Amino acid sequence: MLLEVHSLEKSYPGADGPLPVLRSVSLTLDAGETLALTGESGSGKSTLLHLVGGLDVADAGSILLEGEEVTTLDDRGRAALRRGRVGVIFQQFNLIPSLNVGANIAFHARLSGPVDTSRVARLADALGLTAHLHKYPEQLSGGQQQRVAIARTLAARPALVLADEPTGNLDEATAGAVLDQMLDLVAETGAALMMVTHSQALAARMGRRLHLTQGHLA
Amino acid sequence: MNAKVLALLLLLPVSAQAQGFAGIGSTADGFATPAPNHTFQFPADHGAHPDFRIEWWYLTANMTGSDGTPYGLQWTLFRSALAPEAGAGWQAPQIWFGHAAITTPTAHHATERFARGGIGQAGVEVAPFRAWIDEWQMAGDTFDHLSLNSAGPDFAFAVDLSAEGPLVLHGEGGYSVKSAKGQASYYYSQPFFRLSGTLTLPGGNVAVTGTAWLDREWSSQPLADDQTGWDWFSLSFDSGDKLMGFRLRQTGGTVFTSGTWIAADGATTALGDGAFTAEPLETTPVAGRDIPTRWRVTVPGHDLDATVTALNPQAWMGLTIPYWEGPVIVSGSHAGRGYLEMTGYD
Amino acid sequence: MTRAGFQALWSHWRRNPLQLFTLVAGLALATALWSGVQAVNVEARASYDAAAETLGEAQYDQLRPRSGGTIPQDRYVALRRAGWLVAPVLEGEFAVNGERLRLVGIDPLTAPAGLGTGGEEVDLAAFLGGRVILANAETSARLGSIADVTILVRNSVAPGTIVTDIGSAQRLLQRAGAISRLILLPGQPLGRPPLAAIAPDLILDPAQGGTDMGRLTDSFHLNLTAFGLLSFAVGIFIVHGAIGLAFEQRRGMVRTLRALGMPLRRLVGLMVAELFLLALLAGGLGVVLGYLVAAALLPDVAATLRGLYGVQVAGTLGLRPAWWATGLGMALLGTALAAGGALWRIARMPLLASAQPRVWGVAASRGRLFLAALAVILLLAALGLALWGKGLVLGFALLACLLIGAALALPLILDAILAFGQRHARRVIAEWFWADTRAQLPGLSLALMALLLAMAANVGVSTMVSSFRLTFTGFLDQRLASELYIRTDNGAALEAFAAPRSREVLPIQSIDMPLAGLPAQVYGARIGATYRDNWAFLAATTDVWDSVAEGQAVIVNEQLARRAGLWVGDRLTVGTLTLPIAGVFGDYGNPVGQAILAEPVFKRLFPGEAPTRFGLRSDNPIALRRALIDGLGLPEGQIVDQAALKALSLQVFERTFTVTAALNVLTLAVAAFAILMSLLTLAAMRLPHLAPVWALGLTRRQLGGLELLRALLLALLTATLALPLGLALAWTLLAVVNVEAFGWRLPMYLFPADYARLGAFALVAATLAAAWPARRLARTPPAALLKVFANER
Repeated sequence: MLLEVHSLEKSYPGADGPLPVLRSVSLTLDAGETLALTGESGSGKSTLLHLVGGLDVADAGSILLEGEEVTTLDDRGRAALRRGRVGVIFQQFNLIPSLNVGANIAFHARLSGPVDTSRVARLADALGLTAHLHKYPEQLSGGQQQRVAIARTLAARPALVLADEPTGNLDEATAGAVLDQMLDLVAETGAALMMVTHSQALAARMGRRLHLTQGHLA
Repeated sequence: MNAKVLALLLLLPVSAQAQGFAGIGSTADGFATPAPNHTFQFPADHGAHPDFRIEWWYLTANMTGSDGTPYGLQWTLFRSALAPEAGAGWQAPQIWFGHAAITTPTAHHATERFARGGIGQAGVEVAPFRAWIDEWQMAGDTFDHLSLNSAGPDFAFAVDLSAEGPLVLHGEGGYSVKSAKGQASYYYSQPFFRLSGTLTLPGGNVAVTGTAWLDREWSSQPLADDQTGWDWFSLSFDSGDKLMGFRLRQTGGTVFTSGTWIAADGATTALGDGAFTAEPLETTPVAGRDIPTRWRVTVPGHDLDATVTALNPQAWMGLTIPYWEGPVIVSGSHAGRGYLEMTGYD
Repeated sequence: MTRAGFQALWSHWRRNPLQLFTLVAGLALATALWSGVQAVNVEARASYDAAAETLGEAQYDQLRPRSGGTIPQDRYVALRRAGWLVAPVLEGEFAVNGERLRLVGIDPLTAPAGLGTGGEEVDLAAFLGGRVILANAETSARLGSIADVTILVRNSVAPGTIVTDIGSAQRLLQRAGAISRLILLPGQPLGRPPLAAIAPDLILDPAQGGTDMGRLTDSFHLNLTAFGLLSFAVGIFIVHGAIGLAFEQRRGMVRTLRALGMPLRRLVGLMVAELFLLALLAGGLGVVLGYLVAAALLPDVAATLRGLYGVQVAGTLGLRPAWWATGLGMALLGTALAAGGALWRIARMPLLASAQPRVWGVAASRGRLFLAALAVILLLAALGLALWGKGLVLGFALLACLLIGAALALPLILDAILAFGQRHARRVIAEWFWADTRAQLPGLSLALMALLLAMAANVGVSTMVSSFRLTFTGFLDQRLASELYIRTDNGAALEAFAAPRSREVLPIQSIDMPLAGLPAQVYGARIGATYRDNWAFLAATTDVWDSVAEGQAVIVNEQLARRAGLWVGDRLTVGTLTLPIAGVFGDYGNPVGQAILAEPVFKRLFPGEAPTRFGLRSDNPIALRRALIDGLGLPEGQIVDQAALKALSLQVFERTFTVTAALNVLTLAVAAFAILMSLLTLAAMRLPHLAPVWALGLTRRQLGGLELLRALLLALLTATLALPLGLALAWTLLAVVNVEAFGWRLPMYLFPADYARLGAFALVAATLAAAWPARRLARTPPAALLKVFANER
């Protein structure tokens, strides 16, 4: 078992006391498996993703990633988790504006250890980015930017790829193409994928889907 | 040192707003004070009265050059006592200062001198008459025939004066009241001088003729606490009549006026408070303040309703004690010339 | 609509009080810096004027008895009565409470303004009555109390001297009717007879130009004024930064208001009105702040509420109307300069342009190229002016080109250095650190320019002031080496009397004659230990004094050397003699050329000249002075105790040096504030740069540490670049501006310890400025960072 989430709770401070976002959420994910998280806005699907990725801290419950407890990690431990075993792709602003495309793709991999340059080149080629390696993020289109984010994540060889509406800012045709490339490459690396989306069409292409309603898994 | 400023602040110590000759001491410890029914003794009274705090010999003249250009001249010798005694040497408590000025329609030259009285640097002698400070001097065998000379860095003058009329006593026989509270001074004038002489100006020497008016006044505390400054007029009308009038400004905007109507033959009529009026018609920015340079002057009892206009509105005496003093032109019910002095404008 | 527009514009400030604070505080601090420097400058001038008054003997022509002794008082009155405006002075030694003092009697009514009393008020009646005497603090303390006499402390009175009325002086010294000398006042009236006609027994001593400090202090004033302008420039940069950032932040609001139908012209008008009000408010605050800071920093000066309205009170600092005017003018001008560009950009901004403030421009923009070209042109112009420029105006033009060019070049140079670092970085975090620092440069460059100018100004001030001090003290030691200076018509008697009683007798004999076609003075010097030990040369042969003593050479001052194009080794004709120049000496404050020969050579060339002035070296000048008066019958007034005067003038200069140190602190503090405010303002815009790095596995604490390191790095680089700029600045002032203005060059000394201290201070300032933003970053909640990826902001 790659990931075991058990009785996870999270609330945010609101005007009238704590506002529960996740209520006793439990799920499991195997290596290589792909999972879609769907739900209304505010249903807690992004929060779940953030907690699993070590980007935020849970109030209660447990998250076991490759057998290791994530919820008790401190700031440095969570940072190490993000550097090594997890890769996150957000809806936008994934890239480091001051570094060019080549440096961005290699960045995550270099943070976690020595980088395999041929792998970076292969990924860039597969995603059609070879001609853009010396450009800066703001010179790229939205689709190109998301492809760079995918390349960067996969170059680091994470065990679990987390994607939060990775194509939410793209038009439909581009979104389809980018998703295809992502699914192909994730399958190639053998990583598991957990993706938040509100699109039923995209969710349908994943191995499994879970629906969140007001912090509960259906 | 600011000794000069200090000297004057000390001599005229009253209130901060009373800059200038208006602010004369409110107390007269040990000093003599003027009293009514005084009998003047001439020529002795032409000399100094060291037991009074302050005294002046004050000459103003309206003159004309050969080309018709009008000129004004002022020469004043002030005496101010730190203590009511004559004394001798450096220890003498008598301080003298002199002011001299020439006004033309376009320029105004003024300068001043300071001296200690006890060492002979300045003083007044009676017979023959001699009043001096440094090389400046007004002297003659009698008070009726005087020679006057003075000089500054950029001007000089030397003129002869000859009296063509009698001395004139102001107020009640020379006892001139300065406020409703009774502050007073001894005050007489010789307004009938004929003048001829030479002015030295940056452009060269100018021969002039004209008339001059000499004021003599002494007291120990002529102004009341609430008086902030004065406007003083000496006017000579083409009719031969003359007018001396002053207006003491008081806090709260009220004024106290007094004056003397002088007929051509020297006969006088004292003008009590209100019988003489003067009101500013127009001001001019002078030395960073607004100074009235056109006035309406009336003496209803003598059918006078005239406009008095400064020949040169910039006749500012920018000296240790600053004030305005310059020649004026009279028009309206009467025509003529004269002099105007204004103090206490801050 | 106007009202609604105003409300919208103001609502921005309400929601962003920090930005409003930045803008107002930035403007106020810039203005404060300006008015504070004005205060320092005015205070420095006042100190010099006080010194000049004390040393004032030299600045007036004087009359003294031809054959020694005193002047009868009648002669004084006769001169006054003839139109000679003279003021009497009686001097003598006087013992009171066991202290032997120099008693100076003056007549306050005729004495030149300020003589003795330092322009402060004294009760005249008490002074004339002998109930008040004046002395400096030290003399006053020595005296203790005297019955029936008040001692007023006036530090402008020379040491060991009491000033009293001349009448009291005559009485105390038992010299009734006697006067030592007469000061000839400026502004003499027309028509004076010649002196010989009134007082043939008096001769006129002209004012002493040679020892006048006037030209030295003029030079110092000029340099301080230059630094006043520099502080203005620092201020402008800060204001520019504050306003520029405020406008960048409001691009979104402008877009919204325009989309809602607000005409552009109205909108720009509203912003101009808003800025005018803010500038007026901040400028007023700044003037008051500068006044208070200056008053707090300056010694012996008190700030009073009355001072704010320009009332001059003795011992307090008056806020002059000119400061209000220039202070507010500075705030408005700075705002206009800064807002001009920003308003223009707003006016040009397309309606649908991104509301996102631009922080990072990848491509070398047209503007960057333009600035680079401008910087290069200005720096080349500065170089050209330094090589070929002539005249004072061009000297200042050189300063302006150098400073503006350097400031404009700063971001480019820093970018090049950072790019180099990025290329050579091995670790990925280091590479990102360099790249991200480059990315942050445009937002920080105005603050860094202010830091550059502030540092350069401080290096320049330190160098200039310290060089000035070394030169000045050396010059005083050289020129006023003798303990006593004597003026006498009977030189032979003095020499015979003084020789056995002093270490050295140095006749001062000179003749005015043209040298190399220029007006000059030739001196005959008795070369001994005093000259050999004390004189410093700008250039000299190794055996300079030996060859001069042997009559084989001459030495000349810098003025003569520079004007005649002569230097060591060249030959100079003096009268019938032509000698090689063995040395060139600095002669600060002297307008004409000077050549010095050995005494025997001088006597051979000019047999008719007998010395009338002598310097006496003595280990016990007080006893020697006593002996000269009692034994030789020399009048008091003809003996000058130069050592005391020298000590006094040095003390006055020390005070100015302390004041300039305060100026340094002020300037750096303002630059640090600029950095702090820039970092705080940038903080929000920087989240998109930092959030991805955080998400990829750096902790917030690491990011905060890197932010701090980044500020330190930029400050270090800027400070390093400021050092050569500051030295160039000092060089320009000392070697170009001063030569053009006064004809001599102030030698430049280097003070590495001072620079190191300044550099350390700049780093501390930058660290303090960066600490708060870094701490805020380290504590940013994850949710705030996560928002970057989800929300359109």
